[in-house]
Amino acid sequence: MAITTTKTVAVTGNQAVAEAFRQLNPDVMPAYPITPSTGIMESFTKFVSDGKVDTETILVESEHSAMSACIGAAAAGGRVATATSSQGMALMWEMLHIASGYRLPILMALVNRALSAPLNIHGDHSDGMGMRDCSWIQLFCENAQEAYDNTIMAYRIAEHKDVRLPIAVNMDGFIISHSIESMQYITDEDVKKFVGEYLAIDPLLDIENPKSIGALVLPDYYMEHKRAQHQAMLNVKKVVQDVSAEFAKMTGRKYELFETYRLEDAEVAIVALNSAAGTIKDEIDRYREKGVKAGLLKPRMFRPFPHEEVGGALKNAKAICVMDRADSYGSYGPLFMEIASALAPFRGPVLFNKIYGLGGRDLMPLDVDQVIDETAEVAKTGKVKMLKEYITVRS
Amino acid sequence: MEKVFSRPSCLKNKPFRYCPGCSHGVLHRILAETIDVLAIRDRTIGIAPVGCAVFAYDYLDLDMVEVPHGRPPAIATGMKRSRPDSIVFSYQGDGDLAAIGTAEIVHAAARGENITVIFVNNGNYGMTGGQMAPTTLPGQKTTTTPAGRDIRDAGNPIKVSEMLATLDGPCYIERVSVDSPKNVLAAKRAVQKAFKNQISGLGFSLVEVLSMCPTDWGMTPGQSIEWVRTRMMKYYPLGVYKDTVSPSPV
Repeated sequence: MAITTTKTVAVTGNQAVAEAFRQLNPDVMPAYPITPSTGIMESFTKFVSDGKVDTETILVESEHSAMSACIGAAAAGGRVATATSSQGMALMWEMLHIASGYRLPILMALVNRALSAPLNIHGDHSDGMGMRDCSWIQLFCENAQEAYDNTIMAYRIAEHKDVRLPIAVNMDGFIISHSIESMQYITDEDVKKFVGEYLAIDPLLDIENPKSIGALVLPDYYMEHKRAQHQAMLNVKKVVQDVSAEFAKMTGRKYELFETYRLEDAEVAIVALNSAAGTIKDEIDRYREKGVKAGLLKPRMFRPFPHEEVGGALKNAKAICVMDRADSYGSYGPLFMEIASALAPFRGPVLFNKIYGLGGRDLMPLDVDQVIDETAEVAKTGKVKMLKEYITVRS
Repeated sequence: MEKVFSRPSCLKNKPFRYCPGCSHGVLHRILAETIDVLAIRDRTIGIAPVGCAVFAYDYLDLDMVEVPHGRPPAIATGMKRSRPDSIVFSYQGDGDLAAIGTAEIVHAAARGENITVIFVNNGNYGMTGGQMAPTTLPGQKTTTTPAGRDIRDAGNPIKVSEMLATLDGPCYIERVSVDSPKNVLAAKRAVQKAFKNQISGLGFSLVEVLSMCPTDWGMTPGQSIEWVRTRMMKYYPLGVYKDTVSPSPV
């Protein structure tokens, strides 16, 4: 397929995702407003009122009901999407397990925001990390373009016959959701062709073949269900790679399981998710000019986590700082634990963990410089002062 | 010169950041005056909602707790049971009380918890930018119902006072408005009564207040007062819906 005509636009992350939703034209969209994801449902309900989509929107009374309605609609054979943030996702949490346990390919735009308490509406990854064990596929996005592209790819991944799992596309609240960036839209026609018609497998309301979903399973068979779910997760990696390769053919935009930036020969490596990667890349360029061999690894697919590939990409670094925008209190940051697992087979890099940006606190270039300086020092001495440390925080 | 009018002692000397024409300022003052008049400030705990009044604790000089969306009645229940001598009130909007927190308010009312609830009904989700709420009137335009609320798929508005009055638990439920000086005084009497009931241990009291939201309704403050009078009061008539303390006709 030749690279298609695209349209350059200046939009917010929320508008970009709403546009992707319009082009995907889901059958049902249940949603409940919550800052900072509200813009997605507002833009989308306007598309509905203007007759630009065939979607049935359901303005439910809570996120628990939003996810429940998603599950009902998907179990009945519909293509379903919703958008939420923070407390909204937290309220959905019970139902997130039901969605994955029923093996329903529901799409969620998760605009990352800190969890209460204390109450905060700004971007961090505590919501996304709170759903990492819910058996949802999780993709993380640095900017509006990635959020749009991953949303366009989401159904192809989630609905694949070897997968059949729900999927969440993450972007940073406010930093991306509310900032206007220049990006490229794909034409409606190409999106339609790329996504294809949805063929629900075993939907309810098949009168000739009645069935039950979610039946009680006691110790005799529960584990087999969960083993099958684990297998589906194992299958995700190849599907993500295949879908991304096809997407690259259409758009020229290449997506891997993770992005590496000047990492090949890096001795000093940083690992970070989402929008912070942009700032870090700029600072890496400055340090490269000074002769410091610095590089970045930015995971795109967090669940399932590609440990083997990530380990392979990082194993030659001398020191690695993993930067987490969430904490697993009493342990290390969630991303750090993944990287530590990925590097377990290798004796090489010295690892340490920084917690940054909670509740939307800015990560400034100078903050990144301090992290690179410290990582370079660790690369030289092999000694880590503090294995886990909060940065840019009042003492 | 003799000072004859001043700020209630439990209202901080801080300008309100609510929108021009919003009813929260008037209501905060009514609350503060009530707590002053009843001399209960030293044992009152307020619960701030998620919604525009999330910052109520910035204005009310009281012990305040900011709690997750919809949960105030359940948290108030725990507080009151743990400290029966305290005076506990929740201050909730329609997104909080009539949508995400419907279960909590219904069951706190059904149990007849000895708490006071101030329910601010402005017919939309104010803080997130004016989306449809369960209380949005049929045909009313919001950011999620740009063509007006169509009850065929968006359902019918919930009349909270009428619904809760069907329960045996509550002792007092009244719907008031703050659209005119006369109605502000009536609202103040209702709020005072709701607190007095709690002080006397009589049980669950709720005052629903029809409120203006000019910004999200896309109106001037004057137009929004007219909207409350001509549209909201027709659907949500003012009056006492339940009063087991001093029975009066509905």
